[in-house]
Amino acid sequence: MEYEPLIVAFLCNWCSYAGADLAGMSRMEYPANIRVIRVMCSSRVDPAHVLYALKRGADGVLVSGCHPGDCHYINGNHRAKRRIILLKELLRQMGVEPERVKIDWVSASEGERFTRIVKEFVEELRKLGPNPLKEDAREV
Amino acid sequence: MKPRIGVYVCHCGTNIAGVVNVEEVTNYAATLPDVVVARDMMYTCSDPGQNTIKEDIEKHGLNRVVIAACSPKMHENTFRKTLASAGLNPYLLEIANIREQVSWAHFRERDKATEKAKVLVKAAVAKARLLEPLEKKEMPVERSVLVIGGGVAGIQAALDLAEAGLKVYLVEKSPSIGGHMAQLNKTFPTIDCSACILTPKMVDVANHPNITLLAYSEVVKVEGYVGNFEATILRKARYVDEDLCAGCGACADACPRKVPNEFDVGLGKRKAIYVPFPQAVPLKYTIDPASCLYMKYGRCKLCVKACPRGAINFDQKDEEVKVRVGAIIVAVGFKVFDARKIPSLGYGKYKNVITGIELERLSNASGPTGGVVLTASGERPKSVAFIQCVGSRDLNHNSWCCRIGCMATLKQAFLIKEEDPDAEVYVCHIDMRTAGKGYEEFYRRLREMGVRFIHGVPSEIFEDADGKLRFNVFDQTTGHMIELKVDMVVLQTGLEPAEDVEKLQKMLNVSLSPEGFFLEAHPKLQPVEASTRGIFFAGCCHSPKDIAETVAHASAAAAKAITLLSKGKVDVEPLTASVNPEICSGCEVCTGICPYRAIQLMEYEGRRRAKVIDVLCQGCGACVAACPSNAIEMKGFTEKQILAQIDALTGG
Repeated sequence: MEYEPLIVAFLCNWCSYAGADLAGMSRMEYPANIRVIRVMCSSRVDPAHVLYALKRGADGVLVSGCHPGDCHYINGNHRAKRRIILLKELLRQMGVEPERVKIDWVSASEGERFTRIVKEFVEELRKLGPNPLKEDAREV
Repeated sequence: MKPRIGVYVCHCGTNIAGVVNVEEVTNYAATLPDVVVARDMMYTCSDPGQNTIKEDIEKHGLNRVVIAACSPKMHENTFRKTLASAGLNPYLLEIANIREQVSWAHFRERDKATEKAKVLVKAAVAKARLLEPLEKKEMPVERSVLVIGGGVAGIQAALDLAEAGLKVYLVEKSPSIGGHMAQLNKTFPTIDCSACILTPKMVDVANHPNITLLAYSEVVKVEGYVGNFEATILRKARYVDEDLCAGCGACADACPRKVPNEFDVGLGKRKAIYVPFPQAVPLKYTIDPASCLYMKYGRCKLCVKACPRGAINFDQKDEEVKVRVGAIIVAVGFKVFDARKIPSLGYGKYKNVITGIELERLSNASGPTGGVVLTASGERPKSVAFIQCVGSRDLNHNSWCCRIGCMATLKQAFLIKEEDPDAEVYVCHIDMRTAGKGYEEFYRRLREMGVRFIHGVPSEIFEDADGKLRFNVFDQTTGHMIELKVDMVVLQTGLEPAEDVEKLQKMLNVSLSPEGFFLEAHPKLQPVEASTRGIFFAGCCHSPKDIAETVAHASAAAAKAITLLSKGKVDVEPLTASVNPEICSGCEVCTGICPYRAIQLMEYEGRRRAKVIDVLCQGCGACVAACPSNAIEMKGFTEKQILAQIDALTGG
C-alpha cells in the first residue's frame, strides 16, 4: 500500500483555523491527510507538542498562525516562529529531517493559500518517506 | 467524577451526510471510552436536535458532550447554551469539525472523509474526557464608542449611537465630515439632492450633546479590548482656534494664495486658508501649511489682519488626546481607482476625458463651474460617452465589481439629458447591473430617454485635431464595430480600499479580505462584526456599497455596538491561563512574554510566584508554552488535553 503521510496541524483560532474553514466553505479540496488541533494562538504550541506528535507517528507537523504583524495577540506568531525555528535546528542535530516541521501563515481570508500549503506539504512528506521517529508502525 | 459522554454526529441535511458515512461514524463513536450515548441527527442545531441533547443529559446523566458537526466558529456558542439550559457547565462541550474541515473539503473522497471524521471524533472524545467546568466572568464596559471616519457611514452610526444614549467620539481626518457623499450632486435613482439629504445629518452631528466631533484628527493608537479600549487621537493643528473661528470667511477672502481644491478633485481652487466646501461641518477654517505663504516664507499674515475674532494662531501645535471607549466602529470608506493606471483611455492626457467623480463636481452647484457641465474649452458637450468598469472587473487591476458604477452612470446620463435633451449620450458597458429598489426602472427610463447602450468597452481613445475624442467599440449585441466621436468621455472609475485600511488593520488587530477590504466575522450572519470582539465595520471599508446600503450597514453596526454595551458589562471568556504556585519557581520568563502584562509576581507562602490577572489575560497561551517548569495551565487548552488530542489523531 502506498505510504500516506499523516500531518498533525496546530492552527490558530483567529486566522489559520478560519482560513481552513473558508477553504471548506468554498469547496476547495485538499488532501485528507491533515488532522487539525485548534489552539487560540500559535504561541500556545509548545515545541514539546510537535516532538510528541512526531514521536507518536505524525509524518509532519504544521503550525500555522496569523501573518506577521497581524497576530490577534499582538506578537504570539513571532514567538511561535522563533520556537519552531529552534526546534528544527534541534531536529537536524537529532538526525530527523527538519522539513517534517513547517511553520506558516494563513489569514482568515486565505482558504486557497491553506489548501496550497497542505498540498505542498503532503508532497514534500511523500518524498521524505515515513517518519523514522515513529514509535510503532501505525495502523493505516 | 467519571466522564459520561454523549456524542452527536450531525447529518447537516446532506452537507455532511452526503459525503461522510454518518452512521459508521456514530457506531464508531459508541465504542470510544466513556461514551454513554452516540446518536446521529439530521440537524443537531435545530430545536428537536437540541432537545434530544438536553433529554439525554438528564436521562443518561451525561457530564460531557461531543458534537461532530460544523466548525466550532459556527455553533459552539449555540451548543454551549444548550448545555447550560440543561444545567451542565457550558464548557463541558467539545466540537469535532466534520463539515468545513471534512465533508466540504474532501467531498470527492468519501472513504477518506469518513475515516478522517472518525479520527476527529476520537480526538474530540479524548479531549472531552479531560474537560473541566469553567465559569465566565463579567467586566464593566465604557458606555462610549469611537467612530473612525466621518462619511455618511460614520455620520449615520454616530447619530444612531448618540440617540441610544451612548457617548460618541467621531474622528474624521479631513477638515470636514461628509466624505464622498458630500461631493456628489444628485443620488440615484430618485435624483434626490445629495447635499440636501446629507447636510442636515452633518449639522445634527455637530449639535448632538452625545457626540464629540474630532475633525482634522487621526486615530494613531488603540489599546485594550472589548468594553475597555483606549484610543489615542492626533488632533492636527488647524492654526485656527476652533473656539474663536465663526466661519465668516474673511480670512479666505484676504488670503492671496490659490491652490487646487482636493474636494473638487483638483478642478476648482481654494485658498491656503480654507473650508473644503460651503456646508462644511465643523465650519472652521484650516490653514494648509504646505501652501500658506507665511508658513513657507515667513511673510504675509493677511488672514491675521482680516480675522475679526483673532482666531488665527500660527503657534498652534498638533496634540494628542486619549479617549476610553467600549466599542469601535470603523467607517473609513474607500478610494477611487486612479484612471491614469490605464493610459490608453487618455485620462490625464486629453482634457475632455474626465472621471465620474469629476462629473459630479462639474454638475454640482457648489462645484467649480457652478453646476454646469462644461468641456475644457468652456462649452456644453453635445455628445458624451460613458466608459464603464474602469479599473473594475479587470484582472489587471481590481477583480471586483464596484457595485455603484452602473447606477452612477445612469444618474449622470440623466443629468446631461435633463440639461440638454438633444445631447447624444452613449454608455459603453460590460454588463449593466441594476439590482436594487427602483434601479431597473430607472435604467428603463434612461433607455426611453434615448441614451444609447453599447455592449462593449473601448480599448483605446484618441483625440482629434478639433479636440473631439474618437474611439472604436465592438458592440456584442449587434456584432458591429461602432466608431464614436464625442465631446466628452466620462470614465466610471471603480472603488478600492481606502489608504488607511492597512494601518488600521494592524492597529485594531482585524483581518482583511484578499481584495484589501475589512473582513467580517461571518459573510452571511455577522456582516458588520470584526472577528475581534467590540470592533465593527460600516460602509464601503467593508466592501463597495451604494448610499442606501451604506446607511443600512452603518445602522446595523451601531445597533451591534449598542447591543454590546447596553448591559453595562460584557462576558469575559474563562479560557485564561493560571499558574500553579506550588510548581512555579518565580523565574519570570512568563512575565516578559505576556503581551498584555497580565502576569505579575506576588507573594505566595513567603515566596514570590507568578500570578495571572484574569481580566487582563486574553488567553493566547504564549506563557504556557514558555514556562520551563510547566507551572502554567491554559484553561480549555490544557497540556493533557492537547496531548490526548495528538494521541487520538496519530492513532494512539
